[in-house]
Amino acid sequence: MLHYVAGRLLSLIVSLAVASLVIFTLVEVIPGDPAAFMLGLNASPEAEAALRAEMGLDQPAILRYFAWTYGMLTGDFGTSVTYKTPVADMVADRLWVSLPLAVYALVLSTAIAIPVGVLAAARRGRAADIGVMGATQLGIAVPNFWFAMILVFIFAIQLGWFTAGGFPGWGGGPWPAIKALTLPAIALALPQAAILARVMRSALIDMLGEDFIRTARAKGLTARQVLWRHGFRNALIPVLTILGLQFSFLIAGGIIIEQVFYIPGLGRMIFQAISSRDLITVESVVMLLVFAVIVVNFAVDVTYALVDPRLRRRV
Amino acid sequence: MNRAKMWLAAASVLALSVGMGLAQDSLTIGMQLEPPNLDPTGGAAEAIDSVVYLNIFEGLTRFTADGSVAPLLAKAWDISADGLVYTFSLQDGVTFHDGSAFDAEDVKFSLDRARAADSTNAQKALFAQIADVTVIDAATVQVTLSQPNGALPFNLAWGDAVMVAAESAATNATAPVGTGPYRFGEWVQGDRVGLVRSDSYWGAAPPLASATFRFISDPSAAFAAVMAGDVDVFSGYPAPENLAQFQADPTYQVLVGSTEGETILSTNNLAPPFDNILVRQALAHAIDRQAIIDGAMFGNGTPIGTHFAPHNPAYVDLTAQSAYDPAKAKALLAEAGLPDGFTTTLTLPPPAYARRGGEIIAAQLREVGINAEIANVEWAQWIEEVFTNKNFALTIVSHTEPMDIGIYANPDYYFQYKSPEFQQIITDLTAATDPAARTTLMQAAQKRIADDYVNGYLFQLPALTVAKAGVQGLWPNAPVAAMDLAALSWAK
Repeated sequence: MLHYVAGRLLSLIVSLAVASLVIFTLVEVIPGDPAAFMLGLNASPEAEAALRAEMGLDQPAILRYFAWTYGMLTGDFGTSVTYKTPVADMVADRLWVSLPLAVYALVLSTAIAIPVGVLAAARRGRAADIGVMGATQLGIAVPNFWFAMILVFIFAIQLGWFTAGGFPGWGGGPWPAIKALTLPAIALALPQAAILARVMRSALIDMLGEDFIRTARAKGLTARQVLWRHGFRNALIPVLTILGLQFSFLIAGGIIIEQVFYIPGLGRMIFQAISSRDLITVESVVMLLVFAVIVVNFAVDVTYALVDPRLRRRV
Repeated sequence: MNRAKMWLAAASVLALSVGMGLAQDSLTIGMQLEPPNLDPTGGAAEAIDSVVYLNIFEGLTRFTADGSVAPLLAKAWDISADGLVYTFSLQDGVTFHDGSAFDAEDVKFSLDRARAADSTNAQKALFAQIADVTVIDAATVQVTLSQPNGALPFNLAWGDAVMVAAESAATNATAPVGTGPYRFGEWVQGDRVGLVRSDSYWGAAPPLASATFRFISDPSAAFAAVMAGDVDVFSGYPAPENLAQFQADPTYQVLVGSTEGETILSTNNLAPPFDNILVRQALAHAIDRQAIIDGAMFGNGTPIGTHFAPHNPAYVDLTAQSAYDPAKAKALLAEAGLPDGFTTTLTLPPPAYARRGGEIIAAQLREVGINAEIANVEWAQWIEEVFTNKNFALTIVSHTEPMDIGIYANPDYYFQYKSPEFQQIITDLTAATDPAARTTLMQAAQKRIADDYVNGYLFQLPALTVAKAGVQGLWPNAPVAAMDLAALSWAK
């Protein structure tokens, strides 16, 4: 067991080191000088050189790479060159928007998809099933930004129930913030719900064809009892797997939705940082995301080992 | 009982929101771009000036709505007979938002900081002729020039020349402290900047108690925000395609004004075949300006035939000299030895005028046999590749600085126009003080670049503002990037 965890840990460290090098190199090679971008077309070369020195960009790349990685190891993610604010503070602020949005969307999509998927499976081949299959097909095909604009048109412009976008912050209590995140969460959730409902449906149909279901029926359980107690529970496993995959997609998919609803989330921050060549911000935020994914994978690997004794004996 | 309580709560919420609607001493302004920081002396982004110029920060002089220069923190000035010494008398009773007094020492600090060797001021050239700044007494300051420059009051009106205090200069990027009618409230990065009226302002108190700037970059989100009433004013409205809808609606007002932005098909004068004047002339005749204005700007924009703002009294209309004439363009290409046309690249930065206009221009060029391959780039990439490295053939860009025809006198400027005749005109213009002589020289300069077909001159960029009908005092034109909050109020 210890061997296995140590092996995983080593691979985690190597992955992080390689990722930091790749991220740094990629960001360095894209054309565009942050100092020239900030000072515009009329800037004198001396002013640009002075700003570059102030930003620390006059140092050789290799030194900046080590300064950056050393900073990350000691918990210092650097200071944004355009916003002149510590990157860690900016990320923390933005996470308070992006993370609740992703969770909200995930809750919505689960709440919609599971009953709908079960219904379609239970009424397989009948009108409800055909209706669900048609609706989910549409839900997958419609791009979420377009759906978002339709939502804004109906609920913000025509009905005036919601604002067209923006985020008031959590300072004024949870209700205004949740209200502001509702339309974006629906826009994010529905395409996800469509996929999830189809997965739920097919998993449940597969389960209902299994031998143990027939046995349960033969024992005298009703169709409803079989569906919920035996079929549904077992069909949840593939649904949960998809749900896990969708969460990371929701954070990424948020980039476009955050633009449409002008919400100050992490996606919008990365977008702005890239276009203004705020190198340190891009590097640190991307590195943080990579770190999160790698650590989650590590945790999953360790959990597998706890669950599956065969893995423990290997290595 | 429970239901009654609920209705009561609903009624009070309604009353509250109606009450807020009636108070109307605050305003929400939508803008497309968020300022990267709030220090106008440390960056070129126009969004910085839109938020802080005249609101938080003030200069010795200021630009007014028509683009002219007026006194501000300097109430008057004397100019010595040789034109080298300016003596500014400062306003009395001016304080910074942190409570400290504004005096001649702050003027010296601000100007010396902007022109210092390690200054990161984006418009350092504005201060190039300043040789010395001397404090005479607390309310008087003397600026000595190395050579006469009648444009000094104009230069000092720029957002890059505002007055800052030594104690707060380093932190103005995130917590700006100035002398203006509004002080900094909050900045929720990525979302909004809030300003509140300063109680200690030296001038007349402005009508609005507070104002919020919201940053909405997506054009359809901007449309939705105006339609849903989330913003009261949208300055620099990015979706000209639905302006007509607002124009037809009496609850909105639409302002289509002029800017200092000459939008041009910028041409690398050293890159073959554009080093041949016949090819550049052919290019000029191949372009149908009105089709570009109609297609890319939905009819908003004034055609130009040279690099000069049409609202300027010295403007000469030279559009006829490069009128749309594809047959002539083909003949000129044949004369230049390119009867079958050629292939080139058209590099387009992100703004809609460039991306949409570029598609139309590429189609028009194809009509005369020029195959322009479009390359879309981001701004940071455009500045490095096109502007700095001059690695381009054609590009579309709006030159937004006021009175910037002088860029053609710089042979190293990115379009690389090298004309000693033109450079002489500008040298004469800088030395000239007589208004009539200056006008003659400015007109000669406009004609010179039109005769040399340096670039394709397209149109003057319009300033588009959409606002609720009740908002008063908006600047119709945008001579500089500014949102003069003190001039704004709600109709009673």
